[in-house]
Amino acid sequence: MKVTKKDLDNVAVLSRLSIPEEQADKYMGQMDAFLTYVENLSGVDTEQVQPTTYALPMQNVFREDVVKPSLDREAALSNAPLKEDGYFKVPRVLEE
Amino acid sequence: MNYEAVIGLEIHCELKTKTKIFCGCETGFGAEQNTHVCPVCLGLPGVLPTINKRVVEFGIKAGLATNCTINQYSKFDRKNYYYPDLPKNWQTSQYDLPIAEHGWVDIDTESGKKRIRLTRIHMEEDAGKLVHSGTNIKDSATSNVDYNRTGVPLLEIVSEPDLSSAEEARAYMEKIKAIMEYIDVSNCRMEEGNLRADINVSLRPEGSKELGTRTEMKNINSFKSLEDAINYEIERQTEVLEDGGHIVQETRTWDPERGITLSMRSKENAHDYRYMPEPDLPPIVTTAEQIEAFRKELPELPDARRERLQQEFGLSDYDAGIITSTRAMAEYFDAMVSEGADAKAAANWMMGDLSKNLNAEGKEIQDSPVDAKRLAQMIALIDKGTISSKIAKTVFKEMWASDASPEQIVKDKGLVQITDTKEIEGVVDAVIAANPKAVEEYKAGKKKAIGALVGQVMKQTKGKANPQMVNQLLASKLDN
Repeated sequence: MKVTKKDLDNVAVLSRLSIPEEQADKYMGQMDAFLTYVENLSGVDTEQVQPTTYALPMQNVFREDVVKPSLDREAALSNAPLKEDGYFKVPRVLEE
Repeated sequence: MNYEAVIGLEIHCELKTKTKIFCGCETGFGAEQNTHVCPVCLGLPGVLPTINKRVVEFGIKAGLATNCTINQYSKFDRKNYYYPDLPKNWQTSQYDLPIAEHGWVDIDTESGKKRIRLTRIHMEEDAGKLVHSGTNIKDSATSNVDYNRTGVPLLEIVSEPDLSSAEEARAYMEKIKAIMEYIDVSNCRMEEGNLRADINVSLRPEGSKELGTRTEMKNINSFKSLEDAINYEIERQTEVLEDGGHIVQETRTWDPERGITLSMRSKENAHDYRYMPEPDLPPIVTTAEQIEAFRKELPELPDARRERLQQEFGLSDYDAGIITSTRAMAEYFDAMVSEGADAKAAANWMMGDLSKNLNAEGKEIQDSPVDAKRLAQMIALIDKGTISSKIAKTVFKEMWASDASPEQIVKDKGLVQITDTKEIEGVVDAVIAANPKAVEEYKAGKKKAIGALVGQVMKQTKGKANPQMVNQLLASKLDN
């Protein structure tokens, strides 16, 4: 098993997920399976392959600095679970 | 044990583009909440951001103006974290290939010039603004979010930890502000948040090479807060270390009202931003020719201008330093000179009465009631002998309070210098007659006694007599 309990807890915190203690083993096993599968890639000989960041051979895709109309505020807020006075409203940010 | 402070700054500088970095929304300050937003900057699914060309231009210019190397291959990355001011849950920033790296700027310190190294300059998007329901972030059950600022282009300018005091940090930030103003990439209005600093402070035993544990204070938006926060943090850390404690690496918030820093006590111990290349934004490739073309577009920078003012006009290094410390000051000076004012007189008036009055009213030079043109006209009146330097102070005061030209003020208030020999002679004769004691002393060889007589003449002419003429007349009458 490559994935430790500490790894799982860390990923959970970073992803804002709460994982019940009794399910920890199940998820650790699943994460381990992902990583083992992806590890197949390290078997491929990449000696002659340049590192790539982008899938498409594109560069310098720019736009001019010209103003375009923004969204109507009502439309912008239409999917917000909570709103107030034209603001998106969110629950407590930092714990006390 | 004596400790020395090690300080580094990350300065966020909002760029003065018309539109945001990845979409066509306006960037203007002070609009109604959530009216400068669109699917791209709100991070709605399926949108495609596109880089604003001006941002790249400004990034390259900022890099060149701070002696950086421009990365000819540069790319954007996603910096992942959850915070409600960031609708996408990542900030589009630059990780390993920022637009510019390895620069430096020089600052003035008490012990002379000091070179501060720049680690890097990268382009990124600003976050939104939180309005808390309580008095601060900690005691607020809810917060309201305005995403107008989300996606406004920023340059993050990162220094090496080369600064050793609050004064040096201030001088460094002032230098960066001046450069950004000169090259015209930012309005640098600190009260509008155009320029904000994150400060890293640590202490180490004097002479030690090792770095101590640092704390970070975010979003400092005035020079006063910058100095106060650093001084407070140095004091706090010194006390902790002297009591045998250790510094906790953490983010602290500066409370300007109470003048202290407070721990933010975030639950997330270590940040893990999981940077990844932004797949939606193709890389930026710049040729050497393009970089040279941008270099040619750069205006004269503060250091070069300071040098020139000394060479060309014989100003002192100190005066030239102050005059070139902001773009507005330098332009004011240039405007006076091009109106025909003598450069040294122009500098003296700027450093003297003008600065005094601006400071007293808390005004910036661009808002000065006396503009460069009228001040130059007034200096011309002194040069022509129409008014004395002393009367000029009165004229300056009048100009400060009204829009009248200095000529008009001199005329209206009857401040024209008396250069009519006959008129001065009359007063001189009267003064000699009325002050036999001073006259006697002078004749007995106490040449300084003439000062009292000159003073009397000036007093009786309400300062309007030409002082040189008074001196000459008195001397010639007493010596014969």
